[in-house]
Amino acid sequence: MDIHLAPDSAEAAAHVPHGDADHAHPTWSTYWKVALILTVITVGEVWAYYLPSFVASRAFVPTLLVMSALKFVIVVMFYMHLKYDHKLFRALFTGPLLIAATTLIALLFLFGHLTVLHH
Amino acid sequence: MSATVTHHYTTTGLDSRKIAIWAFIGSECMLFISLISTYLIYKGRSVVGPLPHEKWTDPSTGHTFAPILNIPVTSMSTFVLLMSSLFMVLALAAVQNKGRPLPANAGWWTRRLASSQLWLFMTALAGATFLGFQAYEFTSFVHEGLTIRTNLFGSSFFTLTGFHGAHVTAGVLWLLVLLSIDARRGLGPNDALNVDICALYWHFVDVVWIAIFTLVYLIR
Repeated sequence: MDIHLAPDSAEAAAHVPHGDADHAHPTWSTYWKVALILTVITVGEVWAYYLPSFVASRAFVPTLLVMSALKFVIVVMFYMHLKYDHKLFRALFTGPLLIAATTLIALLFLFGHLTVLHH
Repeated sequence: MSATVTHHYTTTGLDSRKIAIWAFIGSECMLFISLISTYLIYKGRSVVGPLPHEKWTDPSTGHTFAPILNIPVTSMSTFVLLMSSLFMVLALAAVQNKGRPLPANAGWWTRRLASSQLWLFMTALAGATFLGFQAYEFTSFVHEGLTIRTNLFGSSFFTLTGFHGAHVTAGVLWLLVLLSIDARRGLGPNDALNVDICALYWHFVDVVWIAIFTLVYLIR
């Protein structure tokens, strides 16, 4: 979905990556399918929340985290079209995200709170 | 319809505005993860209620507070925000394809899909609806005795969701500006990058909520 406008000058043209305009773009039907998948996962999450036996099990928290991560990745890859975009954008997003996520895990360890992941 | 297009190519061949929005989103990831970290560190350490998932009885008055989180209402607002992301990609696609001839047999629905004004409006409306849900939630919490000063849960919860709500508000305003430009002179393929940048911000706000919904509302 990246928009590739014609460069203003020959110099700029030399810097435009060749073949970028040929990236496969998601279609409207892809967007609808993604929305449907996101809705189904969300319904699944809420449904799991209301199952006392599942909430009491050790699988509850990991399952919710996986479902949430799946939704996160789907939106980033398809709606934010990172799947189709330049690698630099991927690095600009995943770099800080990884640093922040590592900090989060380290803080939870430090404060003895990682039990939240074990329920 | 077509304003003069100014390009901002960098030595990478990529538009500097697009690089800037991704760098901004990266920095926003750090902001929100720091807020989520704070919430998780304080989770379960409140000495007084109301509490998110458990009942709490005030020992001095004997008054019992029910679990304060309203999952059905928040699930609805989550669904609305997810749908707003769909509307946003449809708006961007409509702007990118503006001016392309529709098939001769294009039906009502195909013509609606090509309307950028409709989808920009729907996205802003969904964002405003989400904010309405949040205002309802905050108000009901205050009425039930939970404020930002009540306990650790209240402090970290209102800070985290309040920051997110402020971002949604900024996004709605941004969308309304784009909508007014579209109504005034029409947005076309030459404006697609500006709409794309707004869309990236909007989807980021959505993914932040995906994380908040699970970590704050669903995980006990």
